[in-house]
Amino acid sequence: MPDSSGRHDMPEIPGFVETATLIAPRPEEGPKDHTMVLNMGPQHPSTHGVLRVVLEIDGETVVKLVPDIGYLHTGIEKTCEAKFYQQVVPLTDRIDYLCPMTNNLCYVLAIEKLLQLEIPDRAQWMRVLLNELTRLNSHLIWLGTHAMDIGALTVFLYTFREREDILRIFEQVSGQRMMTSYFRVGGLALDPPLGFFETAQSFIRILPEKIDEYENLLTGNPIFINRLKNVGTLSAADAIAFGVTGPPLRASGVDWDLRRDMPYSSYEKFQFEVPISHDGDVWARYIVRLQEMRESVKICQQALDGMPSGPIKADAPHIVLPDREKMKTQMEALIYHFKIVTEGFQVPAGEVYQAVESPRGEMGYYVVSDGTAKPWRVHMRNPSFATLQALETMCVGRLIADVVAVIGSIDIVLGEIDR
Amino acid sequence: MREELLNKEAVFESLAQNVAIQAMRAAHPEAVTNAKFDRGELTLVIAADSIRAACRTLQRAGYNFLEDVTCVDWYPAEPRFQVTYHIVSHTLKERVRLHVFVESIDPSVDSITPVWPSANFYEREVWDLFGVRFHGHPSLRRIMMPEEWEGHPLRKDYPVEGYR
Repeated sequence: MPDSSGRHDMPEIPGFVETATLIAPRPEEGPKDHTMVLNMGPQHPSTHGVLRVVLEIDGETVVKLVPDIGYLHTGIEKTCEAKFYQQVVPLTDRIDYLCPMTNNLCYVLAIEKLLQLEIPDRAQWMRVLLNELTRLNSHLIWLGTHAMDIGALTVFLYTFREREDILRIFEQVSGQRMMTSYFRVGGLALDPPLGFFETAQSFIRILPEKIDEYENLLTGNPIFINRLKNVGTLSAADAIAFGVTGPPLRASGVDWDLRRDMPYSSYEKFQFEVPISHDGDVWARYIVRLQEMRESVKICQQALDGMPSGPIKADAPHIVLPDREKMKTQMEALIYHFKIVTEGFQVPAGEVYQAVESPRGEMGYYVVSDGTAKPWRVHMRNPSFATLQALETMCVGRLIADVVAVIGSIDIVLGEIDR
Repeated sequence: MREELLNKEAVFESLAQNVAIQAMRAAHPEAVTNAKFDRGELTLVIAADSIRAACRTLQRAGYNFLEDVTCVDWYPAEPRFQVTYHIVSHTLKERVRLHVFVESIDPSVDSITPVWPSANFYEREVWDLFGVRFHGHPSLRRIMMPEEWEGHPLRKDYPVEGYR
């Protein structure tokens, strides 16, 4: 804040939130109060990033749990307001670094809705294909790390082998392994390169047997079953009350999947099942996600089989960057390119909320435009952020080791919680 | 095709079958101060003192899932803050957006955590980044920024690169 002399004081380096302010000691209970407060994280291998959890424990049993977040807050929402619409796309990758394409898709769909832009079929199908590969990628990481948290180290090596294949496909199509930024407002950045569909097809062909392989290692494993069954139970009513979405919601018995119920990007043209379970425990989430992987493989196969030909960009020269070739031969294309790069494109005033089904649940982008080339406000509704609120309900009364299992089962990504 | 209805009367007339509008008209017709239907999305502007009652009504009408609570800063216009709620119905497969406008002096609005406990983190986020208070929130403290941070970074008069 500026002081009286007009100079800005340097803010002091912020300290750690005192554990006692999150869980207050109760000295009035005297010797009856035999609980202790344990700090878990932010640097803890099983909190999947920088989640800090303050636990009040009675022996090994959790009495109270308070999540403390914000360690990865980078102010992406604020940064978006200072960028042109197309410059926001690379920022969206960095929110949830395990499903970059889903973030790209959600953002560009929101802007396309604001612009009322029609996207060619090929671009839409490519988006579906890459989104399902992203889901597989994210679920593979979840499976590997979740099993590793439980103590089954082998699966991690297996899933990361397949993940590497997906990352190679991403690299082929976008030039980047993780921060793809491949979708553009109005379509795709480039047509997929030669050999892309063959690589994707051979990966999709082998994946089902790989999933069988993981199941062989885990599904019948008595230690794994004992660690997961009847742990972290969440009822359907609680799940809805706490805003839980995605696989944890479906594992609690709520049949809700945005891909089927509020379809976007031509998902209505694909046939797939939405796996649900009524147990609501960590095991149910494991089963639901594994089945989701098999369904994703089906969607990928349908997308590869029926991939339409045609343009990959909408016919909107004032919004979509022209092809490189056209720029060398056509004056108009060069002018449009110059104008889009230097001034951005203007978006009519209005507001939209676009939600997609990310691997973790409902991801929503709320974009408000004031009619200029920069967004007035971009807000991301991220699934992990809401799901984290249900953590206490799932963990109270269980052991500390179960907290690790539950955190693994809700598959949080701190990048999207803190943004 | 772009269909746009920008005032309350037009929205109420054209979308008379909409469950959210029917429920709000039956329970608190005066609470809806304005309405908008734009790009296929319905927005209802709710009077600040009746947001909790409006949420209860919508919840009973089948809009069972709170997706999001956020805020937009319209600085320097007044009323400055637009607290925004997105609510979806799993059975109707429809979404409704609520707006509550809040003045810049002591911005505050009723918390909807009694209706949806999931509003807890969202309202803390709005308080942290915009400085809008929520009455009746169980523990309204900062969530993203450090406890001792000064200012609310997502306000439009807060510089993008911070104070240095």
